Amino acid sequence: MSKITPDEVRRIAALANIGLEEAEIERMAAELDKIVGFVEQLQDVDTSDVPPTDQVTGLVDVVRPDEVRSDYTRDELLANAPDQQDGFFKVKRVL
Amino acid sequence: MSDLRRPLAELVAEVHSGKLSATQLVTASLEAIKQHEDYHAVLEVSEAALARAKAVDAQIKAGKDVGRLAGIPFIAKDNFLTHQTHTTAASNMLKPFKAPYQATAIEKLEAEGAIMVAKANLDAFAHGSSTENSDFGPTKNPVDPTRVPGGSSGGSAAAVALGLACFATGTDTGSSIRLPASFCGVVGMMPSYGLISRYGVVAMGSSFDTIGAMTNHTADMSLLIDIMADKDPKDATTVERAKSYVDNLDSDLKGKKIGLVKEYLGEGTDPGVKQVILAAVDKMKQAGAEVIDVSLPSAVELALASYYILIPAEVSSNLARYDGIRYGYSTADAKTLADTYLRSRDEGFGAEAKRRILIGTYVLSSGYYDAYYKQAQKVRTLLIREFEAVFKDVDLLVGPNAPMPAFKLGERTQDPLQMYLADICTVAVNLVGSTAISVPAGETQGLPVGVQLIAPQRGERALLGAAKAVEALLGAAV
Repeated sequence: MSKITPDEVRRIAALANIGLEEAEIERMAAELDKIVGFVEQLQDVDTSDVPPTDQVTGLVDVVRPDEVRSDYTRDELLANAPDQQDGFFKVKRVL
Repeated sequence: MSDLRRPLAELVAEVHSGKLSATQLVTASLEAIKQHEDYHAVLEVSEAALARAKAVDAQIKAGKDVGRLAGIPFIAKDNFLTHQTHTTAASNMLKPFKAPYQATAIEKLEAEGAIMVAKANLDAFAHGSSTENSDFGPTKNPVDPTRVPGGSSGGSAAAVALGLACFATGTDTGSSIRLPASFCGVVGMMPSYGLISRYGVVAMGSSFDTIGAMTNHTADMSLLIDIMADKDPKDATTVERAKSYVDNLDSDLKGKKIGLVKEYLGEGTDPGVKQVILAAVDKMKQAGAEVIDVSLPSAVELALASYYILIPAEVSSNLARYDGIRYGYSTADAKTLADTYLRSRDEGFGAEAKRRILIGTYVLSSGYYDAYYKQAQKVRTLLIREFEAVFKDVDLLVGPNAPMPAFKLGERTQDPLQMYLADICTVAVNLVGSTAISVPAGETQGLPVGVQLIAPQRGERALLGAAKAVEALLGAAV
């Protein structure tokens, strides 16, 4: 039975803020189902008493001084913005 | 253009002595790039390269020591941020983006006098094994243009193989340096996670991404690792380095214990690839290495399954920053803020980025997290234990980088899972955070095959020493 149905793709796409077209939803459902079918084999591995690994360096609590720096001007940082006004990022209305 | 394929140390010595100039090298590089445009290894040529070369030449004339890479032209994979030039990660999403700052790795190379001449093609956001996921079209394999160069650092590998520059930078999250190095017949190395700063490199899987390079010679690789490896206050995951990756490397295989990973030569392995690897292993034995068969039962399918849960999860998180507002692609026809997000991300991301974001969101979503994400993290622990156990018995591991040589363009694009399976001999190294190198070992049906050597975490000195020995044995040096 397929786990990733078109409805499931709609649910995930909404969570990920991607406005997929209807045709793409169908195609993605088929492709993702195959991928999830492959990774599913992990369920058979006995991992009781095995801790999860988040990172491999063993480093903990790496800190540096919390200093204010001004390496860039406002203009430099806004240079890549698709839309801007009066030195701010400009966005469409929220509602 | 064979000049650009000569060992870096020779070229740099000649630049310092005045026998060669930086301007000559950079000019040769720019001409080669132009001449080989058809391969689509390069996305953009640097306008500043010639001026930099002239500055280097002027400094040398003034008697200054310009550094260990004086005048050497190189190509940066286009997921390295390079100051005030386009950095696209080969994605439509970042097509308009000009980097306001620069990757630490690029800073280190330039500080030694190296000159960036161009940005290399890749699978968009480094998602892929063939460069066919580049939003700007694939790179062609230099040996056979009907085939892929491997990926994701395919542009970098092809560029080095074609002699477009003396070396190229790459990133390896699951196969992305070793696979293209193997497919194109160049040296490619991924150092241990954390050895080279990830600062200024477009993030893919932040607990996996490693920074490395492609070269024509293992000695060049030693030099580049020596230059780039450093603790970086801008990347909290960077680790302590060894004093040198160049001096006093042990390149004698006599008495070394090397494990031939049996799962990496399993049923699906191309017979020609197997033959090349076993012939390389024979030569290592003749040179005095003791080669034993070892088993890493989780290193193939289970590693790949774990990888293709953890990586999409990290990808979905890293790609959440592309919102169509601060930088990158933004849709033309949004009426509300929500539209801006939904449409920009739909239109700006290619199919593979979307697949990974969706899988990642799925495995992290409520109700699925424990079954998928956490289980994959636990399997990662099991894999680390397997490698640790094997490295109690052997100094190094050996195997292929992939079960097949370079495949045809289009051969695996219809089925994403088939593309993922190209990474089956490489992802385990990233999951455990150790280091590996691909050294050209021979060919099958006219296509290059590299041998993969794997060392324990932070075992770069042993790895580079052995790679030097293997290179000499196989006569792979150009």
